[in-house]
Amino acid sequence: MGLPNQVAEELRRIVGRAAVIDSANDLRIFERDGSIEGAMPDAVVLASTTEHVAGVIKVAAKHKIPVVPRGAGTGLSGGAVTIRGGIALQVTRMRRILNIDPVAQTAIVEPGVVNQELSLVAAQQGLFYAPDPSSQKACTIGGNAAENSGGPHCLYYGVTTNHVLGMEIVLADGSVHWVSGDAPDRVGLDLCGVLVGSEGTLCAITKIKVRLLRIPPSIATMLAAFPSIETASQAVSAVIGHGIVPAALEMMDNVTVGAVEAHYHAGYPTDAGAVLLVEVDGTADTTRELTAAIGKILTENHGYAMREAQTPAERELLWAGRKGAIGALGRIKPNYYLHDGVVPRSRLPQVLSAVGEIGEHYKLPVANVFHAGDGNLHPNILFDMRDRDVMQQVESAGEEMLRAVVEMGGALSGEHGIGLEKSAFMPWIYSEDDLGAMHRVKDVFDPNGILNPGKIFPDPSRKAVHLAGRTGLAIEAKWW
Amino acid sequence: MTTPFGRLSDDDLATCVHCGLCLDACPTFRVTGLETESPRGRIYLMTQWKRGTMAFDEEQVEHIDLCLGCRTCEGVCPSGVPYGRIIEAGRADVEDLRRASLKRGTSRLALRQLVGHPGRLRAAGAATRLAQKLGLTSIARSGRMLPRLREEFRRPAGDVAPAIGAQKHRVAFLVGCVMPILYPQSHDAAIRLLQLAGCEVWFPPAERCCGALFAHNGDLAGASALRKANMKTYRAGDFEALVVDSAGCGAHLKDFYPELKGRVKDLTEWLAEIGLPSPARDMKLRVTYQDACHLAHAQRIKKQPRDLIRSMPGVDWVEMRHADICCGAAGLYSTLEPDMSSRILQEKLDDLLATNADVVAVANPGCQMQLESGLRARGSRMKVEHVSELLARAY
Repeated sequence: MGLPNQVAEELRRIVGRAAVIDSANDLRIFERDGSIEGAMPDAVVLASTTEHVAGVIKVAAKHKIPVVPRGAGTGLSGGAVTIRGGIALQVTRMRRILNIDPVAQTAIVEPGVVNQELSLVAAQQGLFYAPDPSSQKACTIGGNAAENSGGPHCLYYGVTTNHVLGMEIVLADGSVHWVSGDAPDRVGLDLCGVLVGSEGTLCAITKIKVRLLRIPPSIATMLAAFPSIETASQAVSAVIGHGIVPAALEMMDNVTVGAVEAHYHAGYPTDAGAVLLVEVDGTADTTRELTAAIGKILTENHGYAMREAQTPAERELLWAGRKGAIGALGRIKPNYYLHDGVVPRSRLPQVLSAVGEIGEHYKLPVANVFHAGDGNLHPNILFDMRDRDVMQQVESAGEEMLRAVVEMGGALSGEHGIGLEKSAFMPWIYSEDDLGAMHRVKDVFDPNGILNPGKIFPDPSRKAVHLAGRTGLAIEAKWW
Repeated sequence: MTTPFGRLSDDDLATCVHCGLCLDACPTFRVTGLETESPRGRIYLMTQWKRGTMAFDEEQVEHIDLCLGCRTCEGVCPSGVPYGRIIEAGRADVEDLRRASLKRGTSRLALRQLVGHPGRLRAAGAATRLAQKLGLTSIARSGRMLPRLREEFRRPAGDVAPAIGAQKHRVAFLVGCVMPILYPQSHDAAIRLLQLAGCEVWFPPAERCCGALFAHNGDLAGASALRKANMKTYRAGDFEALVVDSAGCGAHLKDFYPELKGRVKDLTEWLAEIGLPSPARDMKLRVTYQDACHLAHAQRIKKQPRDLIRSMPGVDWVEMRHADICCGAAGLYSTLEPDMSSRILQEKLDDLLATNADVVAVANPGCQMQLESGLRARGSRMKVEHVSELLARAY
């Protein structure tokens, strides 16, 4: 494997000598993202400008080499994994916030800008960027746009696509374009709508114009304990059933709370069967009224030990705990296998008990931490990759959980994307015709199939997860 | 020497779930954008070495060398990866395997021969003072980084400084090796604050370097020899707390001296605990604070220095953006990896100058030197002061 020398030289002429990495041992370090499968790129190329990105893609197009844009590599579906080798096109150096317009309430950023950094800078103008994936401390806006990421506050504010106004993109032939612009109703064909969430399979993103929102004058965050996941799920349905849509409505089960408390000491009740974190915002009057109404509903549904964050610091700590939850699971086992299926809210209790049964059947610990308000599950199957025998169980358990979601009228993914991990399951929810239509769109944008190949669409020759763990550190992803 | 990578613990390494939340907290990732220069990447590399799934490649040691050891990642890691322990073990393992490089070899020799022996270090300090007077030190980059040396710190007669007013506590004070030569005025201020707060301050005789600089550079044997010698001295004394005013030493003492468990206190931690008397005068200063990595991340102390500074009358407090990100000094790092150190410093200076502060307070000599030399190079008049000096202005 490896790039032909001549190609590497062409790339070096574009981005500079030090910005092309092709020593095999170093490439190994880039084989994974936040999910568990891995595959080595043939080169990592660091772009600093749109011209770099365009130039690199032109070279890739000429030689028909796969290109996979990569941000911080925190994705959870293998989106940045170079499953067919080729170039990992790293945009982490493109990290400038180019403009913040406080009147129009927009920002133009480069793709490597870290999600939370944008909100921190915008806060100086009283603004914030609403989509807040749990990895927002590290993940990039470019990656968020590519994956159409969600986050706890997307319950009320909507996911990334609702906040992207326009993008500068590079197509598979290396040409640079702007899609959409300022208008909330995108004029003409909504290409931006097609490209946000295309997981790097249709274009590379080099600039993003996003909507910023005014920081609400009052925010109230409350915590309630429940005897079980089922009672907590019923409480979620009850809140939404009363016509209240909180800014965020999150659930953590007992296993997760234990791991989170060990690091954050945020005051989550470790003896509860499940915990709900509820946030409302608006004027002081609104939040007072909503808090009272929600408190009453939660109590009626077996909620106890309720408390409201009294200071911004306390609120931040509660959120730090929630957002660090998946990482905190490392305290239990070194690896997690995570799906993010979505079910109609009313089916939450059933699907969660199915998830629990599947875990028990395979004797695998499962930790649930998820966006309950959206019905967006995150069952984390916990295991240790050093124990090779367990891999088959993990794979089967994950597949069965996702199957349960789909059988209850749900979808494969709420926010992590399909990527590598769920492509094999696409036929469960789409007919051949549906997939054919999607493929025709792909072919228009990327006729030679060089942009993030092997993702989203099922590859009949590839199973969901391959167990031929080569390194003991990643599950070797294979497409052949 | 045991088996290759015998010091790295597989269980420590396995605590990393590869989530990537640490990436943007890492100064070297922030300036390079590369996975290989991130905590997650370094752990991945060391895990491959440890498990023998990838051959040891001396070229890759650069990724380990470039780690500042600032441990910012540890503070943001929800999984509780003991990164400080991992990188120190990794460095020690790597030192066994790689060919002795001249740069590293010299620095290690200098450490052992100089820092381990207070007399020699003092002699070097005296020579440097003379060289500075003669204008010789401006020739080398590392010479330009040094602050202008004053008269070296002197212990009081009988190794005890009495409490001012009623005595409420008896503490030991770590004189250390670098502080008394580079920043004696910080020590003087720290001791005065302790006395004002009702402490009798004892200076353990025959105390040597705590070993921090050794451990940070992969010389665990050297560190452990110093620990044994120092413990003999500490055992002979009677004190409530061992107060330390350099964050790197404090972190090392807390980690490596289990016998002292709970009694090692950073100056700000201790003062916040026992309280200072009411300040005597207003400062009228705009002040910001640069977290010392070994205080904020290794010891998780961020609140106490800020609270103390903000409680002083007349302080116009301004929080700096990215205050808890390393300035690039990191002990010997600025000498061993000057290029990366300087790239990190430039980001820091941008944030620092944006505060328009009169004084930036620090809690560690390395940070102080790094910021002083950076500000000097940018022609800024902002002053860098140890927290102790700043607080002492009010009395």
